[in-house]
Amino acid sequence: MEVGHQVGQMQRQWLDYTRSLFIELQDDNNPDFVVEVVSLFFQDSHKLLNDLTIALDQKSVDFKKIDAHVHQLKGSSSSIGAQRVKNCCIAFRNFCEEQNTDACLKCLHQVKQECCLVKNKLETLFRLEQQIMAAGGSIPMMELSF
Amino acid sequence: MECEGVVSGVRMGESSEEVHVLAVDDSLVDRKVIERLLKILACKVTAVDSGVRALEYLGLDQSDAFVEGLKVDLIITDYCMPGMTGYDLLKKIKESSTFREIPVVIMSSENILPRIDRCLEEGAEDFIVKPVKLSDVKRLKDYGVGGRINKRKLPDTTELDLSSSPPSDSSSSPSISPSSPPVIDSPIQRLKMTTTALD
Repeated sequence: MEVGHQVGQMQRQWLDYTRSLFIELQDDNNPDFVVEVVSLFFQDSHKLLNDLTIALDQKSVDFKKIDAHVHQLKGSSSSIGAQRVKNCCIAFRNFCEEQNTDACLKCLHQVKQECCLVKNKLETLFRLEQQIMAAGGSIPMMELSF
Repeated sequence: MECEGVVSGVRMGESSEEVHVLAVDDSLVDRKVIERLLKILACKVTAVDSGVRALEYLGLDQSDAFVEGLKVDLIITDYCMPGMTGYDLLKKIKESSTFREIPVVIMSSENILPRIDRCLEEGAEDFIVKPVKLSDVKRLKDYGVGGRINKRKLPDTTELDLSSSPPSDSSSSPSISPSSPPVIDSPIQRLKMTTTALD
């Protein structure tokens, strides 16, 4: 079934983003858990990204505060397996330490993009899964490839 | 009537079978994840967002006050928290005559050896590098079970060898078990494995 195939593919791609989350945390009893946690992540990150934007816009940039925000974002992205967001945060923190405003701005931009990507992928995945379920099919099982 | 050696007052009920974990983390996402992982393993979970709340929950905010019916088998805490760090919380717990024997595990997203050493020296049972995985939590649960059966002695009689069987399904944690050599080795070993596994 083609949609199933698509979903399988999406799931594999999504593994790049969320690895352990789907594999370890989702089960039949609690299929909404992943949605719940990832939604929390997006709420969290939305606020953090706003705060970061404001903080970097100040005349006198408070790098300590920025570092604290990025640390938080790094933590939560890591917990849901969003590796690319996490990696951006690592680079971001290095630039905070160097107090390099321009580089930080670039990092912020990148982090925002990565968060968007994660969000889009997840939304697409869920939409596809819902289509399958509505059509009476079943969602392909996630494969453990590592 | 099975709970000999439980640290504080026990309310006998069907929940006395469950391992009760107190999870402390300022990050909501992380609290949800750890809660979920613990529930998958049939633990009862109380999750709080700070060290101060944890102390309140335990009744430690005013001098070792006894909380009726409280039974905590294991405490898992994040290290980096605003205000009171996980390390500070660990110290407070170990200073308490009521709670010092509850196993405390520290979690951190940062793999900093001096930090780990400091926590272990202060009496932490183990130190986990985030992100926390199910395999980590499986091992942690054993500490909680162990803590209930046997009152912990001082650090020099260290091994948790009281659980008669090693962790049954260590899918991704090969050679590490709680009954292996001194506690200080296993977190470090595991850290090295975690580091290589992360890519």
